[in-house]
Amino acid sequence: MPSKQIPVVEMKNITKKFGDFTANNKINLTVYKGEVHALLGENGAGKSTLMNILYGLYPPTSGEIYINNKLVEIKNPNIAIQHRIGMVHQHFMLVKPFTVTENIILGMEKTNRFGILDLKKAAAEVKELSQKYALLVNPDSRIEDITVGMQQRVEILKALYRGADILILDEPTAVLTPQEIYELGKIVHNLTNEGKSIILISHKLKELKIMADRCTIIRRSKYIDTVDVSKTSEEELAAKMVGRKVSFVVDKEPKTPGEIVLSVKDLMVKDNRGISVVNGLNLEVRRGEILGLAGIDGNGQSQFLEAITGLRKVESGKILMNGADITNHTPKEIFESKISHIPQDRQNRGLVMDFTVAENMILETHSNKPFSKNGVMDHHQIKSFTTKLIEKFDIRPTDETKIAGTLSGGNQQKVIIAREVTHDPDLLIAAQPTRGLDVGAIEYVHESLVKQRDENKAVLLISLELDEVMNVSDRIAVMFEGKIVGLIDAKKADMETLGLMMAGGGSA
Amino acid sequence: MIKKFLKLFSNHTLLFTLVSILLGLIIGALILLAAGYNPLQAYGVMIQGIFGKPKYLSYVIIRSTPLILTGLSIAFAFRTGLFNIGAEGQFIIGSTTAVAVGYFLHLPMILHIPLVIVCAIFAAGFWGGIAGYFKARFGVNEVISTIMLNWVALYLQNFLIYTHGFQKPGGEVSYSIQPTASIRFLNEWKLSDEGTQWLIEHPFWRDFFKTPINWGFLIAIAVAVLLWFILKHTTLGYRLRAVGFNPNAAEYGGINVKKNIVISMTIAGALSGLAGAVQVMGVSHNVSLLAAMEGYGFDGIAVSLIGSSTPAGCVLAGLLFGALKYGGPKMQPAMGAPSEIINIVIGIIVFFIAMPQLIRLLLKFTQKKKETVTETVEIDYVG
Ligand SMILES: Nc1ncnc2c1ncn2[C@@H]1O[C@H](COP(=O)(O)OP(=O)(O)OP(=O)(O)O)[C@@H](O)[C@H]1O
Ligand SMILES: [Mg+2]
Repeated sequence: MPSKQIPVVEMKNITKKFGDFTANNKINLTVYKGEVHALLGENGAGKSTLMNILYGLYPPTSGEIYINNKLVEIKNPNIAIQHRIGMVHQHFMLVKPFTVTENIILGMEKTNRFGILDLKKAAAEVKELSQKYALLVNPDSRIEDITVGMQQRVEILKALYRGADILILDEPTAVLTPQEIYELGKIVHNLTNEGKSIILISHKLKELKIMADRCTIIRRSKYIDTVDVSKTSEEELAAKMVGRKVSFVVDKEPKTPGEIVLSVKDLMVKDNRGISVVNGLNLEVRRGEILGLAGIDGNGQSQFLEAITGLRKVESGKILMNGADITNHTPKEIFESKISHIPQDRQNRGLVMDFTVAENMILETHSNKPFSKNGVMDHHQIKSFTTKLIEKFDIRPTDETKIAGTLSGGNQQKVIIAREVTHDPDLLIAAQPTRGLDVGAIEYVHESLVKQRDENKAVLLISLELDEVMNVSDRIAVMFEGKIVGLIDAKKADMETLGLMMAGGGSA
Repeated sequence: MIKKFLKLFSNHTLLFTLVSILLGLIIGALILLAAGYNPLQAYGVMIQGIFGKPKYLSYVIIRSTPLILTGLSIAFAFRTGLFNIGAEGQFIIGSTTAVAVGYFLHLPMILHIPLVIVCAIFAAGFWGGIAGYFKARFGVNEVISTIMLNWVALYLQNFLIYTHGFQKPGGEVSYSIQPTASIRFLNEWKLSDEGTQWLIEHPFWRDFFKTPINWGFLIAIAVAVLLWFILKHTTLGYRLRAVGFNPNAAEYGGINVKKNIVISMTIAGALSGLAGAVQVMGVSHNVSLLAAMEGYGFDGIAVSLIGSSTPAGCVLAGLLFGALKYGGPKMQPAMGAPSEIINIVIGIIVFFIAMPQLIRLLLKFTQKKKETVTETVEIDYVG
C-alpha cells in the first residue's frame, strides 16, 4: 500500500450508452499512485467498457476523466499512451506471425539514420525492460509459438515500452496456469514498487485478496462501493458484487455411478507439429459421475479433447461412446452420439462472433426440427428458444439479436454453456467452463454440472484450477505427458498429492 | 417481405456508401475542373445521357444486368469467406456454353431457353467448383486458382471460335444462337401489326423497346431475391455464413467446412455463368474472339464491394455502375471531356469504400455527439 495517497486517475460520473443500453451508469473510480486497484463486478457489469473508455477506445457519453489532477479528453489510445496509460485486453491483440520484439515495437518503430528498422536496438531495449521487471520473454519467438502466459507478458511489455505508468490489466489471470498467476503476482509487485499504478480486473477473489490494495465494485452498470481489500472478506466482496450471498462450496449428494458411457483405450494423438502428445491414454467415464481431469497445461489435454470430439485425428487406439466406436468420426456424428462439448477456446471454437446470440444457439442443431424444416429456417422458433435460454441462464443483456462479439466475455461463455447443456447429452465435456466467469455465474455452472450428473449423465470436466476440479468432481484423473497417471476419489484428494502427481511424481 | 429485403441494406452501410459515392463524384468534378472542363456541365451531360430518353434508361438496365449477376457471384462467395476472382472466367464459360447449346440445338422456345440457362449454369458452376475443390482438398488459395482458370477459360473460348462448325465464316465470331434461345423482350410481337400499332400509340415504350432490352434484368432481380432468401432463411445459407465468419467454430458445430467451400464456389460460378448466358441470350447472341478479359468479372468485384456484399446492395450498385458506364462516356462527344474521368470516379468510389476507416472518421466528424452510430457502422460492415 502506498504511503501517500496521490490520485493518478480519477473517473467521475462516467456514463456510457450503447444505443438504448447503458453499460456504465455514473461510475466513479479513483486510483492512487503505486497501488493495485481492483475492479470487481459480475459478467457484463461494465468493467471492460469503463477501462476501454479510460484507454480511449470509446468516448464516454458523459462524465469526466482526470489524470494527475488534470481534466483530460482521451479521444483515442494514442492520447491514452501520451498520458502514460497502457492496457492489456481481455482478449490479446497481438500479430500472431510477428516475433515478440516486432509486436512490442509495433507502431513505435525506431529507425536508424538510413530510415531502416533497427531491430537489434529494439531487441536490446526489450531485453532491458524484461529484465528490470522479471518479465521473462524470448524476444525472437513468434507469438503463435509461445504460451498464453508469455503472450500476456508481451502485452505488458508492449505497454511498458510505450512508457505506461498506469497499467490496466483486464482479466489477466483468466487464461493463466496457477504457476503463471504466481509469476504475474510477482511482476505486479515489481511494477508497483517502481511507482506504477495498476488497475486489475479479475473474478478470482482469492487473487484479489493477495494482489490488490483497494477494490471498486460495480453491479449492473452502477457504482456500488470502494473498499480496502485487506479489511474485507471474500464473502463480503462477493455479496457486494452479486447483491446476494454466494456459496463457494458445491453441494452435492453422494451418488453411485452407473454404467460406462465413454471409454477410451490406448489413445495416441499427435499435435500440430506431428509430435505425439497423447501416448496410450486409458479412461472411463460413467453415468452419474463427474470425472475431473487435472493436469498442468500442455500435457496433451487439449489434443485429447479434440480427438474425442472429432476435431483431431486419432493415430491409434479406440474411443467408445455407449459401447459404439466413434474413433475418427466427424464432429457431427460424434455430436449425434450424444456428446456435448464446452470448448476451451470460446472465441475461436465455441462461437461465431459475427453471428447473433440466437444464431449461435443453434450452431449444432440448425438443421434439426423445430429450428428448420426442409432446409428453411424457422426464425420464430429460434427466437423463442433463445429467449428462453437467455432467461434461464441469465445472459445479459436479454437481447437475442445482439452480435455475440459485443457480449461481455463472461456472457459469451454463458451462451456456450446454455447451448451445450440444453442438448441434453449423455456425456458433457466441459473444458475450462468457468474461465472468465464471475462468482455468481461459477456457482450456476457448477450447479448445472452437478445437475447433469444427478440426472444420471456423465460429465468430463477439464480445468487447470485444482480448486475447481476438487470441488466439483466425484473422481479425479491426473494427466501427465499424455497419459493418465492416477485416478483418485475426489473426497480423499488433497492439493499436495494431486500437485505431486501432476508434476509426474507418485501415483495412487 | 419487401421491407425486410430493403432493411438488409442497413441504414449505416447505406449512409457510408452514399458518402463514398458523393466523394467519388466530387473528386471527379475537381479533376474535370483541373483539366479545364466545367464539371456541372459534364455531369449534366452524363445525367442527361442516363435519364434523357426512355431508350437511355433501357440501355442502362441492359448494361447493369451482367454486372449485377457477377456482383452477386462475388458477394455470395465473399459471404463464405472466399474471394472469387474467377467471375471473369466463369462468365466466359457461361457465355460459350450458352452459344453452343443455343446454336446447335433446335427446340421450341419454351424448352430451349431454360435448357440453355441450365447448361450454362452447370458448366460455369463446375468451373467455379474446381477452384473450390482445389481449396478444400489441397489448400490451394482460390485467388490464385481462379485467376489461372480465367485464362484457361479465355483461351478455351478463343479455341472454340476457330473451330469449324462453331466459327461463323468470314469473322472472328461464333454463329449466333437460334431465335428460340433469345430472351429479347417481345421480339416477335414488336414486329407484328398489333405490336407496331400499340408502340405507335405509346411513344415512351416505343423508344424504350428500341434497344435489345431483355428478360435478363428481371432474372437478375429474381436471383438477388433468391440469394437473399438462401443467405437469410435457409440452413445452407446459415452454414455458408458460419464457415465464412469462423471456420473453426463451424467445424466444431459439425458443419463440413470443405464441402461448404465447394458448394459456395459452385454457386458463385453458376451465378457468373448465368451472367454470361444472359448476356448472350439477351444482347450479343454470339461470342467473339477475346484479345483480353472483357471485365465483367472484375467490375463485379467493384459492384459487390459497393453493394457491401448484400443482394439488394448488388442490385443497386450494379445499376449505378451500369449508369455511370453508359452515361459517362457521353461527356466525350458532347464537350470533349475525356470519358476516362468516369472510370476515375468509379475507382475513387471503390477506393473510399475499401477504406472504411477514413469515411468513418468523416462521419464521426459530422456527428460528434452520436458516437454510437459510428460504432454500429463497424459491426455492420463486418457483418
Ligand atoms: N460495442 C458494444 N456494443 C454494444 N454493447 C456493448 C458493446 N460493448 C459492450 N457492450 C455491452 O455492455 C455491457 C458491459 O460489457 P463489458 O464488456 O464492459 O462487461 P464486463 O464487466 O467486462 O464483463 P465480463 O466480466 O464478462 O468481461 C455488456 O452487456 C455488453 O453486451
Ligand atoms: Mg470484460
